[in-house]
Amino acid sequence: MLKTTPFHVRTSALSEGQSWRRWAGYVAASAYELTHDHEYAAIRNAAALLDITPLFKYHIEGRDAVRLLDRLVTRDVAACRVGQVLYTPWCDASGKIIDDGTLARLGEDRFRLTCAEPNLRWLTMNSIGLDVRIEDVSDRIAALALQGPTSRAVLDAIVDDGLDALRFFRITNVRIRGRDVAISRTGYTGDLGFELWMDNADAERVWDALIEGGAAHGITPTGLLALDVARIEAGLILLGVDYVPATRALIPDQFSSPFELGLGWTVKLDKAPFVGQNALRDEHARGSLWSLVGLEIDWDSLERLYAEVGLPPRLAAEPWRTSIPVYAGGRQIGYGTSGCWSPLLKKPLALAHVERAHAAPGTTVMMEVTVEHRRRQAVARVAKTPFFDPERKRA
Amino acid sequence: MARSYDVIVIGGGHNGLVNAAYLARAGKRVLVAERRERVGGAAVSEQVFPGFTFSMFSYVVSLLRPEIIRDLELPRHGLQILPLESTITPLANGDYLGSWGDHDKNRRELYRHSPRDAEAYDEFGRLMHHMAMAVRPLLATIPPDPLSLDPRELLAMAKLGAQVTGLGEARIHSLFKLMTMSAADFLDEWFEFEPLKATKSASGIIGTFLGPRSPGTAYVLLHHYMGELDGAFRAWGFAKGGTGAVSEAVAGAARRHGAEIRTSAGVARVLVKDGRAGGVVLDSGEEIRAKVVVSGLDPRRTFLELVEPRELPDDLVTAVRRFKFRGSSGKVNLALGELPDFTCLPGVGPHLRGAISISPDLDYLERAYDEAKYGRFSSRPYMDIVIPSMIDPGMAPPGKHVMSIFVQYAPYDIEGGWTDAKREAFGDAVIDTVSCYSPNLKRAILHRQVLTPADIERITGLSEGNIFQGELTPHQLFFFRPSPRWSGYRTPVRGYYQCGSGTHPGGGIMGASGRLAALRILDDRAT
Amino acid sequence: MPTAAYDVVILGSEPSALTAAAYLAKAGRRVLLLERREDLGGAVVTEELLAGCRVDAVFDDIGWLPRSIVSELELRRHGLELVQLDPMVTAPAKHGGHLALWRQLGRTQDSIRALSTRDAERWPDFATGMAKHAALLESLYEAPAPRPGAGGMPTSDDLRGLLRLGRRAGLRGRADLLELARVVPMSIAELLDDWFESDTLKGALAGGAIGGLMQGPRSGGTAFLFLHRHVGGESGAVRARQTARGGAGRLADALAAAAREAGAEIRCGACVDRVRVQGGRATGVVLGNGDEIAARAVLSGKDPRTTMLDLVEPLHLDPDAARAARQIRFRGPMARVHLAVDELPRFRGIGGDGLLGGSVVIAPSLDHLERAYDDAKYGRVSERPYLEIAIPTFADPSRAPAATHIVSVTMQYAPYTLREGEWTPERRSALGDLVVGALAEYAPALRETVIERCVLTPRDLEQRYGLREGSPDQGEMMLDQILFMRPMPGWSRHATPIHGLWLCGSGTHPGGRIAGVSGRLAAREILRAKH
Repeated sequence: MLKTTPFHVRTSALSEGQSWRRWAGYVAASAYELTHDHEYAAIRNAAALLDITPLFKYHIEGRDAVRLLDRLVTRDVAACRVGQVLYTPWCDASGKIIDDGTLARLGEDRFRLTCAEPNLRWLTMNSIGLDVRIEDVSDRIAALALQGPTSRAVLDAIVDDGLDALRFFRITNVRIRGRDVAISRTGYTGDLGFELWMDNADAERVWDALIEGGAAHGITPTGLLALDVARIEAGLILLGVDYVPATRALIPDQFSSPFELGLGWTVKLDKAPFVGQNALRDEHARGSLWSLVGLEIDWDSLERLYAEVGLPPRLAAEPWRTSIPVYAGGRQIGYGTSGCWSPLLKKPLALAHVERAHAAPGTTVMMEVTVEHRRRQAVARVAKTPFFDPERKRA
Repeated sequence: MARSYDVIVIGGGHNGLVNAAYLARAGKRVLVAERRERVGGAAVSEQVFPGFTFSMFSYVVSLLRPEIIRDLELPRHGLQILPLESTITPLANGDYLGSWGDHDKNRRELYRHSPRDAEAYDEFGRLMHHMAMAVRPLLATIPPDPLSLDPRELLAMAKLGAQVTGLGEARIHSLFKLMTMSAADFLDEWFEFEPLKATKSASGIIGTFLGPRSPGTAYVLLHHYMGELDGAFRAWGFAKGGTGAVSEAVAGAARRHGAEIRTSAGVARVLVKDGRAGGVVLDSGEEIRAKVVVSGLDPRRTFLELVEPRELPDDLVTAVRRFKFRGSSGKVNLALGELPDFTCLPGVGPHLRGAISISPDLDYLERAYDEAKYGRFSSRPYMDIVIPSMIDPGMAPPGKHVMSIFVQYAPYDIEGGWTDAKREAFGDAVIDTVSCYSPNLKRAILHRQVLTPADIERITGLSEGNIFQGELTPHQLFFFRPSPRWSGYRTPVRGYYQCGSGTHPGGGIMGASGRLAALRILDDRAT
Repeated sequence: MPTAAYDVVILGSEPSALTAAAYLAKAGRRVLLLERREDLGGAVVTEELLAGCRVDAVFDDIGWLPRSIVSELELRRHGLELVQLDPMVTAPAKHGGHLALWRQLGRTQDSIRALSTRDAERWPDFATGMAKHAALLESLYEAPAPRPGAGGMPTSDDLRGLLRLGRRAGLRGRADLLELARVVPMSIAELLDDWFESDTLKGALAGGAIGGLMQGPRSGGTAFLFLHRHVGGESGAVRARQTARGGAGRLADALAAAAREAGAEIRCGACVDRVRVQGGRATGVVLGNGDEIAARAVLSGKDPRTTMLDLVEPLHLDPDAARAARQIRFRGPMARVHLAVDELPRFRGIGGDGLLGGSVVIAPSLDHLERAYDDAKYGRVSERPYLEIAIPTFADPSRAPAATHIVSVTMQYAPYTLREGEWTPERRSALGDLVVGALAEYAPALRETVIERCVLTPRDLEQRYGLREGSPDQGEMMLDQILFMRPMPGWSRHATPIHGLWLCGSGTHPGGRIAGVSGRLAAREILRAKH
């Protein structure tokens, strides 16, 4: 049996189509309703409630916690204030990404790292000689994401002291129905949103509080399909889909650096020594060969291709994660790794790795589409990501 | 009537059969002469007790080369490989360590014992993937003669050198470690949970006379991962009908290509005249002529018994004399009236479809080895147990089961020699040990067959009962298998070739030696 | 780069470190060598461990010292007098009589004949064969380790090494190399079983294959160590050994004199706390008292794990390199017991003249050694240990007060890590009793003649002489830890990932019991490097 999260009693009761997928050894809902449209709509219009417990979570504590983390990740942890959260990747000695996640500074010497893959071993290997304790709390801490324009209202309704002061990428401790919950203003949707961290034992109670308190604000339990659409619109990458982590890559082409994934802004080359620093300095000086970009597929071009066979354009009903070739000048210059139809922007979107020469926003490329069993190419344009970036996210 | 063949293959073991099939497929007139009444050598299925069929010796198909399955169309000849994916190791404290085919399930199980090991496991797997990729081409390479000045051999040596250099520094280092370290030390670099290390290192000691802490045992760890590279091909598992079905399938392919297979036809010696092989003399005295004679027997029989040592150069005779066989394993086959119930995982479950490894910790394996060093069988041996009837119900009558127990160490050179009494005592030690983990076993046993290395030698002809036709240790691999100038399947006697497991790459039901020898014979235009 | 007072600061004074100091100083570099103790030589030291006795604390001999180093550094002029031990090894036989291995082949053969005529006949071939293997190793050892797969331009040292190998690489040479490759992964038991039948002979020889190693004679790779210890020995003289007149420690004195004459500064009693690293580059050292010494390069003669993990701040090393350093295996298996006795020990079966000049070896059979190892495998001290006994006063009575003899015993196996707990004073003392008891089986009168005793457990060897985990070779001499794998895979050219920090000593190529070579190689690399 796969593992179930502490919310499973609640979530399984809601699942209309028993549509589940695997996530880090857990069962996770793909969608609760038979289609994910309404769940997606909640992310952009109301408040979507997602069970994100399968994330890996580590507590790092001790005198040298900052030194360890500063050595580990590419961002400047020393500059991170208590109550602040950093999104950051971390790399191997060759400057290739191992994982990316969020790092919350819970206290002067206390941090929580959340990530997609197990990282206990890597943390331990890096901590030799340092005064830190690393604890894997993945199975102890339940987590929910509450995302969407009304999410603040939902929380205001149930949090004892209110949340007005919580700024973007900050974390605070609150009480919900008498239970301690840490709330960070973070998320994976590119919208206004929060993530809630609590003891397993409090999971159902907090879930119930949210559902009840959120009823008036359109709270909607949401599965991973809708999340996938939202995160693509937000231009957020996914480990194992948009990049192969350095711990799994088998051949040189499979490794990616932060620069190649559009995460150059997270690499603080001049901070204290960190793993991969030298390699990243070299890459920075030399320039990266690849770039992860957003692509908008040209509607007219798509329509023409379908018109040739007498059909209207067919849109992907669900977000896709296969590898799709991208061409320019008759030569393959990259590949798309995930994409979707954006119900909001009314455009087919994709995230793609392209050679650097084709990475500038506005560049025209050709993307493969299969039209009635035949491989064709549609025009696509490199777009700035996030594709969708509402004011309210940071406000 | 004296008949004549292009090729006579001595010994109908799986390598001999593969060799014959490839040669017949190339249009040669081939005769396989097998001493026993059935083909297969150590890859045979026999109904030892009425209704109960056993893979009597070799019991899993380990690395049967995918190209052989394809070239000889073995599935058409009845080969079907059934999955063998899990291993459980019962522990002294009543718990168990499981290794499962599903990644999530496996990670969770390991995590239960050691979170660090659960993570290290994937990284270790990646390293082994790289190592297996590095070594795999060698399985399809005829070892060049490193001492020859023949341009073709020099070219082959250069190619080999380039292949190794091409791996890059880091992988050469890892490969070097794998070739020289002990399984225990190698695993120590990755894991902390003893039963995991013990169970993994057990694969390194199989068929050798070494303990898991002795350098030279790490290399065999690779074999499992090589099977995984061919995973989709499912070259690793049970053969439906037992391992004899592999031999039968290859024999079927050989026959279809026109090869003739004679059983109960032991070869007494190879006819050699003027340094050239011209045929064989059977035990019956019958002479059969052929342009080429191929021995599928082990190097000792190939060079010291089938031909006169005086036909051979001294250094080869010396090399073969000191080639290490030292059979160290035995086999216990049980017919069961009911399934064994393991205290650590009671009842019937998927774990009974996989292997059960009695390897609770490294010290346990070392102690088992200590006894063997001084000429005794292990009173608490390492065991690899499978119940093929769980997957292949045809192996036993309905509701009943067959259990195959591979046991190490049982030294060939036991103090005072093997006797019937010692064999039974050995069998008792095995049953007693398994019973510690599965209390109902004794009650379940209907029949038992105990095979000591001496029995293995007597029945199959494998010298000293070594299941690999010679230990798979670093100084007996590749160039050195069986001897530097003669690792390329040729022998000093023109027209006389070798194709058994005692040649590169040897070991397990792989078939590579038989195939490569056939390629060499065809390439030499020896017929 | 700020001006530094020294070009190179060298840590520790093991013979290779001193050798490096001498070569660097001769090349005009400003060199400072820092030794923690008051005596020079690291573990190759002769000191007063017993009242009035100059005792070879850890090693009875100096191992292999290439002639070229003796002449290049003019060590004879600096007071070094080399003494070849003869017989090299004497072993009491189980059933009376003895075996002696002499420098002279025929004489050894005569001795073996008393045990087995067959073995005696085979001896010359064996001795020549082993000498051939050792000579090949020697040519590998004098050059920097090969770097398969590394690419890049070969250095002049590489080319010299290739040439030397090439000279041997005719058809016969290739056959020799191949045979060497076949032999090194073998166990010494397999190798000797192929040649001989006498237990006494096999036991006495096998001792040379397990000395300092946490492995038994049936473990793969012990044949390599046998050959390694043979490197530098004269042809036919299997298990040959040399020492310096006055004790093994005199080597350090001569090397130090050579270094000082060339201008090197040597400071004793200077404990280095850490290597200072700035911007990924070693810029000097910080002493225990807080003093900082700036240098353009730091060369450590301490073992690689201590250097990289204890002397360098962990943050400066990437995790894979740190992991490799942690994975170096040390596992010291030996203890030393020194006895002052008031009469020359009398061993059963060893009468006659001059037989105590070399080592007396208690290793009656391969099984004896293997059983001794069995105990150690499970973390226990061997109940019936392997002993190697040296009596330096036999040849040089001046090393002890009148009518006193020094008996120095190397005992194996005494594992560094005991399963039952730490090395306590009680366990140290019990170890001493065990050794004296084991000796008494062969020299019954000895027990009564002991005046004073000094026991050094593996723990003591670490604490007193800086031998990590008591490993006499600064890391096991096993196949996966030699040549390009020593000290760590890919680090074989004495450099480290920290610019300006270099390694020499037994922990680096070519390994343990080879005096000076790694120091000379490291000096060459440093001189070649651009600062």
